[in-house]
Amino acid sequence: MVEPLLQLSGVNKSFGVVHVLHDVDFAVYPGQVTALVGDNGAGKSTLVKIIAGIYGRDSGDYRFEGKAVDVHGPRDVAGLGVEVVYQDLALCDNLDIVENMFLGREETTRFGLDEVSMETRARETLASLSVRTVKSVRQSVASLSGGQRQTVAIAKAVLWNSKVVLLDEPTAALGVAQTRQVLDLVRRLADRGLGVVLISHNMGDVLEVADRITALYLGRVAADVAAKDVTHGQIVELITAGRSGDLGIADSATAAV
Amino acid sequence: MTVDNDTQPAPAAQPAGGFDNDNRQAGSVGDAARDYVNRLRGGDMGSLPAILGLVVLVAIFASLNDRFLTTYNMANLVIQASSIIVLAMGIVFVLLLGEIDLSAGVAGGACATITALMLIDYDWTWWMATLAGVAFGAVIGLAIGSLVALLGIPSFVVTLAFFLALQAVPLKLIGSGGSLRFNDPVLRGLSIKNVPASAGWIAAIVIVAVFAALSLWRFRSLSSKGLVHPPLGLVVIRIGVLAVIVLGLTALLNLNRSPNPTFNISGIPWAAPVVIALLLFWTFMLTKTRFGRHLYAVGGNAEAARRAGINVRRVKITAFVICTSMAALSGLLSASYTGKVSPGSGGQNVLLYAVAAAVIGGTSLFGGRGRAIDAVIGGLVIATIGNGLGLLNQAAYINFLVTGGVLLLAASVDAISRRRRSSAGV
Repeated sequence: MVEPLLQLSGVNKSFGVVHVLHDVDFAVYPGQVTALVGDNGAGKSTLVKIIAGIYGRDSGDYRFEGKAVDVHGPRDVAGLGVEVVYQDLALCDNLDIVENMFLGREETTRFGLDEVSMETRARETLASLSVRTVKSVRQSVASLSGGQRQTVAIAKAVLWNSKVVLLDEPTAALGVAQTRQVLDLVRRLADRGLGVVLISHNMGDVLEVADRITALYLGRVAADVAAKDVTHGQIVELITAGRSGDLGIADSATAAV
Repeated sequence: MTVDNDTQPAPAAQPAGGFDNDNRQAGSVGDAARDYVNRLRGGDMGSLPAILGLVVLVAIFASLNDRFLTTYNMANLVIQASSIIVLAMGIVFVLLLGEIDLSAGVAGGACATITALMLIDYDWTWWMATLAGVAFGAVIGLAIGSLVALLGIPSFVVTLAFFLALQAVPLKLIGSGGSLRFNDPVLRGLSIKNVPASAGWIAAIVIVAVFAALSLWRFRSLSSKGLVHPPLGLVVIRIGVLAVIVLGLTALLNLNRSPNPTFNISGIPWAAPVVIALLLFWTFMLTKTRFGRHLYAVGGNAEAARRAGINVRRVKITAFVICTSMAALSGLLSASYTGKVSPGSGGQNVLLYAVAAAVIGGTSLFGGRGRAIDAVIGGLVIATIGNGLGLLNQAAYINFLVTGGVLLLAASVDAISRRRRSSAGV
């Protein structure tokens, strides 16, 4: 089996008396889309924020490319090559696509901002992602549709040769055609060898693009399976009950919760 | 995709960066004009209302009073506008963040008091005294910015408090009813002396030549690398318009404008080069530096800026420091025009005129949109109202009514265009 790019093992996290994550194991493999599913309150967001370095862990290992790493904040994580695209996308409406993609990491020459280099790189990145719908890279982000904005946010994340990209509900606010575009883009990211984490409530999307599915149930990993081995119904059972047939958390564990 | 009719990169230069629908230029000048109209319809008005307003105002005042369009009055207008413009330019920085600085006017008065005291009581040279005034302004900005950015008090409240407190500075230093004369030859000369005609012409020609060279060089480098660029025709039109304005004003101001035939007054008032230098400097800072980009980003979406690793607090504090430092310069220009500093300097409606100027010029009150040139255009509108109504010998209350009305109009245009932008998505 391929070695995981990013691996968390035995992660526990409590907020005060609330034990949010119990011994969670989570792995992201290069070239694969790993879907992270679970009901509201299952601990998805907490896990993502631990990966992103926003929250610390109470216990457990954080390994990147096989080596244990010290993660103390979002900057450390970005330094490893892990980027998170949050649901609100964090784009500035008053800036154009190039300006947004390079926000906070602008390139400069002796005479100020290096627009030539930034625009060239932005265009190359968009082209490499086979983006088809953007009219001009100098369009203001306010004029883009939801799918295009998502595309820009994802392109911004991969611009920096990142190795792992986490996408938080990328299709939640999109229509049918735009969802199609974004899912195609997610698949292309994995085909380029990136480790992609897709957090989603939409089982159709998950089954369509994911290679692996990690289901969280009340802060525990209910199952970590290959997407082709499970059906829609099984995933829903894993999310809502924590088990499905011989998959999932044993009865004793669920009873204890 | 529009048809390209300018020098275009050979197709071979493109494939690395090409993607479907990729549109690198606005096409012909006609396409650019249509683009512009579409943006206007979408609510992106920019400075257009201000320019139209200026034309209307000039036409009205010129028809009502034949002294309005004399070169003597034009030069006067430039000097009157300069202090409003400089203050408005500072205000643009806080408006870009969606903040407000109500204390900038009185801060300018306080700074001018410091400078005047240094000149009179300590015999400092003009530039040391100026530096002291600007430094005092920077310290005020640092205090305001820190309270806003670090403690999180709304800027409206912080600067309202400073507006009240800072009025104490000149009152304490000068004393009620008194005033400090402001007759340093250099600082007073900003308003009463003029640039020699030959130097004015050289500067005007250099500005036009440098602008033309930079625009054409930029066009060449963008189009040769296949990046998004405006059509060549538009670039040429822009250069032509700038040349007409700069050279035309230089020619007018270099005429003898003295109402008295026994002596000669001609040349560009020194206040104008000060304003132009500040305009060029801040335009460069806003459009070509990381700081400027970060300022727009914080004004557009502070949370996105923070996540992008931008130090939002530092950007905010810097904006307030710039604003009050510019207010200090504005206070000096105003003192230079009146020849004195009194406890009331910078009070009354000075600040609101400057905010009005920035907003009329096209800077949004909601943050994220604005340019340094907005302050110049809007400042000219405000100064024209004051100047024109003054010539018509109108009662002071008319001036208040008209200026208030214009501000309300500008703010309405801003709010409406913002609504249209969000629905049209331009």
